[in-house]
Amino acid sequence: MQVRSVLAQIISLGMIVTSALIIWKGLIVVTGSESPVVVVLSGSMEPGFKRGDILFLHMNKDPIRTGEIVVFNVDGREIPIVHRVIKVHERQESTEVDILTKGDNNFGDDRLLYAHGQLWLQQHHIMGRAVGFLPYVGWVTIVMTEKPIIKYILIGALGLLVITSKE
Amino acid sequence: MHTWTQRLLSAATTAAFLLLAACAAASALDAFHAPSVQAQARVTKINRFHKQLNGNDKVMLTFNISANLESLFTWNTKQVFVFLTAEYENSKNSLNQASLWDHIIPDKQHANLHLEVKSKYPLIDQGSSLRGKKVQLVLHWHIMPKAGVMIRDRMPLSEFKLPDVYTS
Repeated sequence: MQVRSVLAQIISLGMIVTSALIIWKGLIVVTGSESPVVVVLSGSMEPGFKRGDILFLHMNKDPIRTGEIVVFNVDGREIPIVHRVIKVHERQESTEVDILTKGDNNFGDDRLLYAHGQLWLQQHHIMGRAVGFLPYVGWVTIVMTEKPIIKYILIGALGLLVITSKE
Repeated sequence: MHTWTQRLLSAATTAAFLLLAACAAASALDAFHAPSVQAQARVTKINRFHKQLNGNDKVMLTFNISANLESLFTWNTKQVFVFLTAEYENSKNSLNQASLWDHIIPDKQHANLHLEVKSKYPLIDQGSSLRGKKVQLVLHWHIMPKAGVMIRDRMPLSEFKLPDVYTS
């Protein structure tokens, strides 16, 4: 009987983990973006987006246009950036495109943030465009990444509750 | 009956679902909102028009903008980001779309604009095709909600022909 209830606990814990994974992978498929939800980490898009807000991304074949808020990766930088497109040059003969971005709250454009000598973003730098917005929710992850001790306490407390809780 | 983790899971799922449903409902209401924007913009002065050392044309403009964007605001609007672009085609690019000026409108009381402004960003070409070029001025707006889906729209305003010679 003891073994049985322990197994049941493990399974229900597994259910939580797998259903979270299903939702995340499902979102990736639906939105077409490898990271469908991002947390805003800086104030460079204030007052539109504040630190701790979350953005829902979408990626499709539609061309990028001026005014859209895109999430992009820069070579040599680990953390993607969420900024607004202020300039687009689209080639005549190919699908190649040059994109320039800027944070709403920044004084100048993003060329200083790009890799050394890089003047434009290309399509492959873009991870997605922001389509939806939800305030504050991202604080959970910011707190957990910046104060890992809280994460461990939380995981420990949850684990302890799972182990000790009885039917 | 249920284990502690199952209760937590169902509580979390319900909370997330309700939150998403509330956002979806707010955004669905926005979809029924049909704004009517009136706007005009025209170039009043060419401050400087020259070819940069790297061979790209660069022009600084002054323009008049009047736009009434009050109808864009609903109860779920946090701010409206409004901007003016110059759009044109040349032999290299099928579309050149450059922001000239932008502005954040925090609320409805400030949504009726009558401005004469210098371009915040110079119009810089990729190459030197701007002499005598016809450029379309387009007003865009990006509505940022308190929560939910963001809305973008645009309105072509006037065409403007750049001079045939540089000013300096």
